[in-house]
Amino acid sequence: MSLRVASFGLLTTVQDLGRRGFQHLGVGPGGAMDEASHRIANLLLGNPNHAPTLEITLSGPSLYFETESMITLCGADLSPRIADQRMPLWRPVMVAAGSLLSFGRPVQGARCYLGVEGGFQVPRVMGSASTHLSAGFGGFQGRPLKIGDRLETGPCPKVRYPSLRQRFHQGQHLLLGPDWFVPWYQFLEFAQPAMLRFIPGSQWSGLTGPSRQCLLASPFEVAAHSNRMGIRLLGPKLSLEQPQEMVSSGVAMGTLQLPSDGSIILLMADRQTTGGYPRLGEVVSVDLPRAAQLRPGEALRLSQVSVEEAQDLFLSREKRFHDLELVLADQQTL
Amino acid sequence: MRTESPDLARNPELQVEALGDRALLLTLGSGIDPGVNDRVHQLAALLGQKRLPGVHDLVPAYATITLHYDPTAWSGKGMPPFEALSREVMRLWKKAGASALPLPRLVEIPVCYGGDFGPDLNDVASLCSRSPEEVIARHAAASYRVYMIGFSPGFAYLGGLDTTIAAPRRSTPRLMVPAGSVGIAGMQTGIYPLATPGGWQIIGQTPKRLFLPSEANPCLLHPGDRLRFVPIDAETFHACALEAP
Repeated sequence: MSLRVASFGLLTTVQDLGRRGFQHLGVGPGGAMDEASHRIANLLLGNPNHAPTLEITLSGPSLYFETESMITLCGADLSPRIADQRMPLWRPVMVAAGSLLSFGRPVQGARCYLGVEGGFQVPRVMGSASTHLSAGFGGFQGRPLKIGDRLETGPCPKVRYPSLRQRFHQGQHLLLGPDWFVPWYQFLEFAQPAMLRFIPGSQWSGLTGPSRQCLLASPFEVAAHSNRMGIRLLGPKLSLEQPQEMVSSGVAMGTLQLPSDGSIILLMADRQTTGGYPRLGEVVSVDLPRAAQLRPGEALRLSQVSVEEAQDLFLSREKRFHDLELVLADQQTL
Repeated sequence: MRTESPDLARNPELQVEALGDRALLLTLGSGIDPGVNDRVHQLAALLGQKRLPGVHDLVPAYATITLHYDPTAWSGKGMPPFEALSREVMRLWKKAGASALPLPRLVEIPVCYGGDFGPDLNDVASLCSRSPEEVIARHAAASYRVYMIGFSPGFAYLGGLDTTIAAPRRSTPRLMVPAGSVGIAGMQTGIYPLATPGGWQIIGQTPKRLFLPSEANPCLLHPGDRLRFVPIDAETFHACALEAP
């Protein structure tokens, strides 16, 4: 199947689970900001976890399907529709050849993932299809999608959901999905204000007492100039007991950095591999999808957990992914 | 080829801490210190050879290694994954005993200094009260250590700059610095692998490509390398640029 970009949105890029094994060369992993939604978009179609999806940010593009396709939309609700029909999220949907998928008002969240059977076909660079925006490689020609771009999908090993396909072909449908959806709230939540849990890092204890209290008690706001590299938090200015002499050291997705202006930066998918700012801690992996869905102006709070607790949360989420995969494998023969 | 090296086990100051729930931070010392940095690269090489389950990235820096891993590979061991992996890292560190350090690679970087290739050479020369020729001679005489790679793909943090040619950053950063530009900023010198905005004083440019994403080995420089700058003229620059990388 193939699709063409009819109008471009704010930022639409090809992403997968990111580049592994090149961080020692300064090449960040990149990949989907909201890993959970990306994975579910693939799981629904029987694709491997790392199959490339489109990450659609806030204001979506319009996409013209040249051929009949089975697709999924997971993550933010950006009011997707085909003609006058609303496109449902979190389930497989058949769309007719010649359909134009467009997006409207962002209702909830910031990033929506479009999955297609077989994944989008782009060259792998350093083992990954994710778009490295600052260095201009990977994904679709190393850049966000623009009008006229044409994307092909990879081979699809197995036909899924035969009965859905049959019903689609029997009726004169523009789009057709099943009457079930993935319980996404087991993987991602949109509660307001967002609650992000973090594991304290080396410089947490170096914060002044009032700064530590402020960090845990005050709401923060997502600054407008947040992006795939980092989410900048507006809130009380925090300070360290003593200025720290730091030399650069490796950081992770979720690292909370404190530059000298006293405002926290939460490092995200396109972060640099190393950083020289004091490190207050890391947001836990299971809360990063929520962070990825934060919009400028949205409120959030931070709370402290132990690494033991964070890894328990992580392992139970992976178990839920595994269970979901089994349930879907069952459904896919229907 | 291997060389004698300090005994890892005689350096007990390895600290292992969780860096979030999917990484460990291994600290071997502090500051910018060649001895500490040697141990960093030695331990990184050892851990790399061991191919620990679930460990997908080892990022050596000045005094630390950040080890990125998948916790599911270390679950079910009767303790939290970070603890199981930390213990294994500690065990390997203690067992390393008289392990030896592989000799570093030596990489030569041809540089065309001054003129359009190094628009700030004259400013650097006057800032440190030397002739441009002397700045070039001193920059090219030193042997540099690649302490770490970070910031952007292929960007090497070099140590070993002759302090007599140190110069502050430009007061106004340039909006675009060409790939291969060689600059000085404070006590640091470095090479821009990609065309980016930049505030360093640019004293020259190399025709070598430092980062080629499509290559099997995408970066010319690796952490732990030694590096020398070799002055070339404009003619050689253009000839080299044609046959890059």
